[in-house]
Amino acid sequence: MTAFQLELVSPEKLLLSKPVVMVTLPGGEGDYGVLAGHAPMITTLRPGVINVYESDETTISERLFVSRGFAEVSATRCAILAEEAVAVSSIDRAAVVQALAQLHDDIALAKSDAERMRLEKAIEAAQVKLACVEVAAAA
Amino acid sequence: MPSLKDLKNRITSVKSTRKITSAMKMVAASKLRRAQENAEAARPYAERMGQMLCSLAANLSISSDTSPLIAGTGKEDTVLLVIVTSDRGLCGGFNGYIVREARRTALRLMAEGKQVKFLCVGRKGRDLLRREFASQIAASFEDVGRKRLGFADADKIATRITDMFAAGEFDLCHIIYNRFKSAIAQIVTTSQLIPVALEKKAADTAETEVRPVYEFEPDEEAILADLLPRNIAIQVYGALLESAAGEQGARMTAMDNATRNAGDMINKLTLNYNRSRQAYITKELIEIISGAEAV
Repeated sequence: MTAFQLELVSPEKLLLSKPVVMVTLPGGEGDYGVLAGHAPMITTLRPGVINVYESDETTISERLFVSRGFAEVSATRCAILAEEAVAVSSIDRAAVVQALAQLHDDIALAKSDAERMRLEKAIEAAQVKLACVEVAAAA
Repeated sequence: MPSLKDLKNRITSVKSTRKITSAMKMVAASKLRRAQENAEAARPYAERMGQMLCSLAANLSISSDTSPLIAGTGKEDTVLLVIVTSDRGLCGGFNGYIVREARRTALRLMAEGKQVKFLCVGRKGRDLLRREFASQIAASFEDVGRKRLGFADADKIATRITDMFAAGEFDLCHIIYNRFKSAIAQIVTTSQLIPVALEKKAADTAETEVRPVYEFEPDEEAILADLLPRNIAIQVYGALLESAAGEQGARMTAMDNATRNAGDMINKLTLNYNRSRQAYITKELIEIISGAEAV
């Protein structure tokens, strides 16, 4: 299998940089998989899970949650710019539930439409995050 | 002529000051290392973001419905200056240089008949600007990243900026901050936040020809609408990190100088102290001898 370079960066640091065989990304308009030699493209990402296939394209070696971001795919590289990225296995369910409750409180107090919109996005991300934890726990 | 006791007190007080300044220098040095690491770690994201923006902008034709974040509002009447300073003093000319530059820029813009507003990050800048431009400070942020400077801090500031922009409170936005060059040199840098400066594009044109043609999903406009506010946050974050590293560098240098000066002062005072002690002893001896002679 030909590998390509996967780079996952958050604003604070470079989280991941290694050769992989395949990744699936939660694109803004639907999930998609990337193999080596993919046509160059730039997409937005919605909150969801990135599956990393390191050795072959059937076994997932890593599952990462991302909350929104961008992905730049070229023939030899896939760069993911994520605001927040954590391994699904290390998400603390209780913390997410608490954060979600906090966000619901905040949105009730939101003053402007812009603020409300921002909080809605955050809530959506938190809900997806919670769903990922639950799916991981069930599996 | 100060008495021996006075001199001795002076020496002890300068000695304890030296202890403090040298401790502060040490603390600044270790904080500097951490700040530098943070600044370094944030670089890959900013680079990728810049590249992405360039490839997007290369495919974009500026039309009437292009986001005003990139095309500008068509006016240049009101300028927002984002001033990044530290919360604490004792770091040499660090804040002074920034404020001086801000003042100069503001006066120049005002002379051109434009309105100037300030957004201060850091207590020192706000305090210094308040004297002259109190009514023009639109917002100020304090204690930014006191414990650890995170992206969330920058995001908060950037959100405020984009909100103000959306409300039509200003047309142009510049950020003034200290760029960290080395521990002893910080460079006052002004860069444009809104509309996004794409001067790098021209230099890269040769490269863009070789660059692959990207597909966009969703379309360029939609990605750009998402990417531009992000880009502002990233630039603010970069400036904050540079400024944080610069602050520690400046403090380290300032405290190093203070420690050295205190050392010099102690030497001088000790010399003085010994001289007056000798003079005092000589005087006493003369008194005893002349007393004995008189008998």
